[in-house]
Amino acid sequence: MTAGQVPSGGPGGASPPGRITEVDLATTPLRELNQALHAPDVAGSWRVTNPRGAHAVAVGIDAPVEVDIEGHVGYYCAGMNKQAAVRVHGNAGVGLAENIMSGTVVVDGNTSQSAGATGRGGLLIVNGDASARCGISMKGVDIVVRGSVGHMSAFMAQKGRLVVCGDAGDALGDSIYEARLYVRGEVAGLGADCVEKEMREEHVAELGELLERAETGLEASEFRRFGSARRLYNFDIDHAGEY
Amino acid sequence: MCGIAGLFSKSPEVSESLGRHLGDMLLQLGDRGPDSAGVAIYRNPAPSGSCKVTLHSPTPGYDWNGVQVALAEAFGAGDAEVRASHSVVMVDTEADSAVAWLRERYPELRVMSAGEAIEIYKEAGHPADFLERFSFSELSGSHALGHTRMATESKVTTDGSHPFSTGLDLCLVHNGSLSNHNRLRERLRAEGIEFQTENDSEVAAGYLTWRMREGASLEQALEGCLEDLDGFYTFAVGTVDGFAVLRDPIACKPAVMAETEGWVAMASEYRAIATLPGADEARMWEPEPGQVYSWERAAVA
Repeated sequence: MTAGQVPSGGPGGASPPGRITEVDLATTPLRELNQALHAPDVAGSWRVTNPRGAHAVAVGIDAPVEVDIEGHVGYYCAGMNKQAAVRVHGNAGVGLAENIMSGTVVVDGNTSQSAGATGRGGLLIVNGDASARCGISMKGVDIVVRGSVGHMSAFMAQKGRLVVCGDAGDALGDSIYEARLYVRGEVAGLGADCVEKEMREEHVAELGELLERAETGLEASEFRRFGSARRLYNFDIDHAGEY
Repeated sequence: MCGIAGLFSKSPEVSESLGRHLGDMLLQLGDRGPDSAGVAIYRNPAPSGSCKVTLHSPTPGYDWNGVQVALAEAFGAGDAEVRASHSVVMVDTEADSAVAWLRERYPELRVMSAGEAIEIYKEAGHPADFLERFSFSELSGSHALGHTRMATESKVTTDGSHPFSTGLDLCLVHNGSLSNHNRLRERLRAEGIEFQTENDSEVAAGYLTWRMREGASLEQALEGCLEDLDGFYTFAVGTVDGFAVLRDPIACKPAVMAETEGWVAMASEYRAIATLPGADEARMWEPEPGQVYSWERAAVA
C-alpha cells in the first residue's frame, strides 16, 4: 500500500488475512498506523518501516495480527498488547510491551528499562540484553531474555516467569511475590526477600517449555531458580529494615 | 524531564555540519524540554596565548562593538561575532585575565563561557526557535553538547538554562533533579564557588568546578558526584577535546549512546540519534549506571 493510505478498517478497508500491509512511518503519521491496528476487523500481517525511535509504535492491539517493525523503536512499543505477535527488528526503548495481556512481543536487539513492566500475560522475548527493571511488577507475563538484565529486575514481581539466559544485575527480585525467576549466569545480588530455591521437576518442565518457545537451544538444567522467601508478606517489626 | 544530546565528530563531513546535526538532535528532544534550550560547541580554537569568551546581554541591540573596542585596547582582540543575545570575542590574553577584566568593567554582562574553543549559547524559549534565532545550523566544530529544558527546580530564565560553564572549556548539561542542592550550594559558596541562580544543575556544575580546582581529574570529579550528589541525573560534560557521560547509580534518567566511523553520540532518546547519518548501522548501547564514559580527540585520532 502507498504512504498515507493505512486501511481504516471500515467496509472494504480491512487488510485481508495473508496479505502484508506495508506502512512507512517516514511518510505515514504514527497515529494512522495505530488507529488502523485498532480497527475492529484488523487482520493479516503488517510491516512497519522507518520507526526511527518513535514512541508508542503498535500499542494497544487486540487482534491476532503479525506486526514486523524494521528498525529501532522508542518508548512503550507494543504496550498493552493482546493476541498480536509483534517483532522489533532492532532495539527498543523504555517500557517495551508494558502491561502486555497476551500474544508475543519479540525484540531482536537490546531493550531499555522496564521491559514487560506490569505485564499480565503473553510472552516477551528479548534476544539481546534488557537493562534495568526488566519485568518490574510483572503480573503473569512470561519474559525470556537471551542476554542479561540490569539492576532491580523483577522488582515486586507478582506472577509469571522471568528467564535470564545471561547475568542479572543487582537487587534481583526485590520485594518479590509469587513470580518465578530463572537465571543461567551470575546474579550480582538479590533484593529484599528474594532467595535461591530448589529446581523441582515442575520447574524444569516449565522452564524447558519457555526455553523452547523462545528458541534458545538451552537446557533447563543450566539454570538456577529464585523466588520469594515470603518473609515480607505480613508486616513484622523485626523486618522493618528489610523494606 | 529535559533532553540532552552530545555529538563528537570523527570525520571532516560531520565536523563541517556539526551545528546542523546537533540542531536536528535537539529538535527531536523538543517535547522533552520545550521551555529553554542551549548548546556548547567547540570550534575555531583561539591561538596560543589568546582565549575565546562568550558573553550574554539581556538588552536587545546591546553595544557589542563598544565591548570589542575596549577589549582590543586593553589586550588586543578579534572581531565580535554576534549571535542573537550572545557575542563571541577572541582576546589576546589568558582566559582568567579576560574574564576578571570583563566582570569588573561590564558587570551587566554574563560570561557564558571562556577557554580555547568553547562557545555557549542558551536562552529561554522552544528549542526550534532557539536554533533559528542563533542560526546554529551554520556552525561547524569538533564536538558539541545540547540541552532542552523542562524546568522543575527553578525559574525559566536564560541563567537557569543549560549548559552551565564549569571552568575553562568545560560545561555541563543535566537531565534530572538534585535534592541536596541547597545545602551543597552553601558548602561550595564557603569554598569560594559563585552561583547566579537557585538552580540545582548549577550546583552540580559548581561541584565539578570545585573538585577540579582542588586537583581532581574530570573523571575523579564525576565519580565524586556518586558520593556527594543526592538525586537523579544523567550528566554530559564537555571538555576541550571531548565529552564525558555519567548516570546516577539507579539510572533514573534515560541515556543511549551510539558510535559509527563518523561520530560518537549520546542522547536522552534514540530518536535524536536517528537523525544522524548512518544511525541505522551504528553500534548502540545504554550506558551503565554509575559509570563514567568519556571520549577524547586523542583517543580516536
